[in-house]
Amino acid sequence: MALLQVKKMSHEFGGLRAVNNYNLEVEKGQIRGLIGPNGAGKTTIFNLITGIYKPTEGDIILEGKTITGLQPNQIAAYGLGRTFQNMQLWRHMTVLEHVMMARYSRITYGLIGAFFGTAKRHQQEKENEAMAYDLLRMVGIEHHADQIVLNLPYGDQRRVEIARALATEPKILFLDEPTAGMNPEELIQMMEIIRKVHKELNLGIFLIEHRLKVVMELCEMIQTLNFGQVIAEGTPEEIQNDSKVIDAYLGKGTLA
Amino acid sequence: MSEKNEKVFGTIRALALKIQDFFSEVPLLGWLFGMVIAVVLERFMGDVLADILGLPKIPVLFGCVIMLKKPLLIPSAFIYVLMIYGLPISIIARLSSKIMNRAAAKLLDFPMLISVMIHISLLYAVLYLWSDLSAYRVLTLKLTLIAIMLTLSLNVVNGYMGEFSCSHPGFMALGAYGASVFTVVLFANDKIFGHAVLSPALGPFMFPIALIVGGIVAALGALVIAIPSFRTRGDYLAIISLAFLFIVKSAIENLEFVGGPRGLSSQPDLASLPTVFIWTMACIWITNNFVRSTLGKALNAVRDDEIAANAMTVNTRRTKIVAFLFAAFWAGVAGGLFAHVLRYVNPSTFGLQKLAEVLAMVYFGGLNSVYGSIVGAVSLSMLGEALRPLEIFKWIIIPLLLILVMIYRPTGLIAFKEFNVGNLVKPKNKSGKRV
Repeated sequence: MALLQVKKMSHEFGGLRAVNNYNLEVEKGQIRGLIGPNGAGKTTIFNLITGIYKPTEGDIILEGKTITGLQPNQIAAYGLGRTFQNMQLWRHMTVLEHVMMARYSRITYGLIGAFFGTAKRHQQEKENEAMAYDLLRMVGIEHHADQIVLNLPYGDQRRVEIARALATEPKILFLDEPTAGMNPEELIQMMEIIRKVHKELNLGIFLIEHRLKVVMELCEMIQTLNFGQVIAEGTPEEIQNDSKVIDAYLGKGTLA
Repeated sequence: MSEKNEKVFGTIRALALKIQDFFSEVPLLGWLFGMVIAVVLERFMGDVLADILGLPKIPVLFGCVIMLKKPLLIPSAFIYVLMIYGLPISIIARLSSKIMNRAAAKLLDFPMLISVMIHISLLYAVLYLWSDLSAYRVLTLKLTLIAIMLTLSLNVVNGYMGEFSCSHPGFMALGAYGASVFTVVLFANDKIFGHAVLSPALGPFMFPIALIVGGIVAALGALVIAIPSFRTRGDYLAIISLAFLFIVKSAIENLEFVGGPRGLSSQPDLASLPTVFIWTMACIWITNNFVRSTLGKALNAVRDDEIAANAMTVNTRRTKIVAFLFAAFWAGVAGGLFAHVLRYVNPSTFGLQKLAEVLAMVYFGGLNSVYGSIVGAVSLSMLGEALRPLEIFKWIIIPLLLILVMIYRPTGLIAFKEFNVGNLVKPKNKSGKRV
């Protein structure tokens, strides 16, 4: 059975049907892409699956467990990590604190530990710190660990976000435009990081992307979304040559 | 003109740097040692020196009150402060820095707790010896310690969590009345509650329970607002919490069995200086532990980006409620102590004036910082006492100071700084760095 299944998911904002009859299956270790013009509903689909919105209809199943309608923090703790399109980092916190914070659901020392600084707490915080450093090393920013996150260059902030998402120990990772606003050099580095993370942790990855280069090189399967509806699904080559996709991006019409 | 100013400022800055450099090697232990000597000196020499300098008695608050009341005595008061506090503390701290550094290093061979305990006992010795000379000093000190607890607990909500809660005096009132009813019923002969149920000798042992009862009453009150109001953020919480403050106040005014607007008196005299000191230290310790744990830092995550926090497995709802109840609990404990220090409470104490005071202390001292709360609470309550002779002008000077701080340091004097006790008690080397 697939790691993540979304069945017949629809969502309405007031009278507007933002997502219509959406289906998705992501296998373990698979990289899937979601593309579409602006306003097609890509981020809405992310927000629906990760619990920020509740779908009007449909089911979301993660490893055989229905997670529809759960709180975002519960869904994240079940193993669905994500990043945000506009990097929602915590502006007063250091890089290390970001990654350690994402271990919240694994903390078992409880309030007693937090208030009185028990041995168990120090033990767990130490373990979390060691693990956070491992993740920071994986994305290559361990030398920034004690920096306030806003002082980092843009590309490094993106890496913090990925390390933070990985710290939740996801089985499947959602990346919302991981290369948005990057220069070509940063872009290549980011793709390497995504490949590395994918290979080392054997994650399922589902990503939204605008840059065709990224999608074509990384993804095994791609869905194209327009007006909340999947209009094409297939391998990068198939999508590239699909007339409906070209119409959605470039518009349809005959030259006069 | 401006060039001249520049020159003057330059000299002052250079001088300050020199002074800083001169004292850079002194560890905290050295300063505390110097202070102990200074207060002992005052104990034995204070009267004599005051007499020689023509002062009516030992200046109670570092000479501030005397200076403002009788400007002619300014030089004498100044000399007194210099002779008793300024010179002895700085000379002894500087001279003993080598020994004290060695001692501080030695202490670190033992568990940290021992070193911290020794520092705290020295601090207590200083406060005790200093305040023992007059009842006024004891009262001011106790109220200042209580202000620290209040400020710190409000900082958890307003600073660490970034909400704007206005109900703190309300929680304080709940705590004050909760603890007072507990002790008055059990240990005091009172018109309203009748004879003491237990022997008053048990009082000191049961007092912690009374304070915890007060804290829990306040926390229950907080739960009443936490559940509906955390669906809203920002201004809405401010309004709801302000409404809660007024509800608590008028509820107490209309409850005859606690004395209504006349207030509640005859609390037994249980809040001695060591009790207040220990509770304040406990509050600082527990709060500092909390905000430095990942569970506590979740408050910062909720403040900076709640959606991201939620997506990173942080249970934001629980986090917010815990922080709110935690803050209310300590405000309640502070209220309980407050009631037993004054041995009288009435509802009008816990109004807007108190709210303004606590908010000022939080924002003056610095958001998101234990240091800041201590600095804010101590400086504003001391300033409030020191400027008392100015009467109405006090309320012009203090707000002006606040405005200046808000302009030049919008988040407060010492904001966003971690309070690391481990670092504080370490010896220092030449460059002023703690080693």
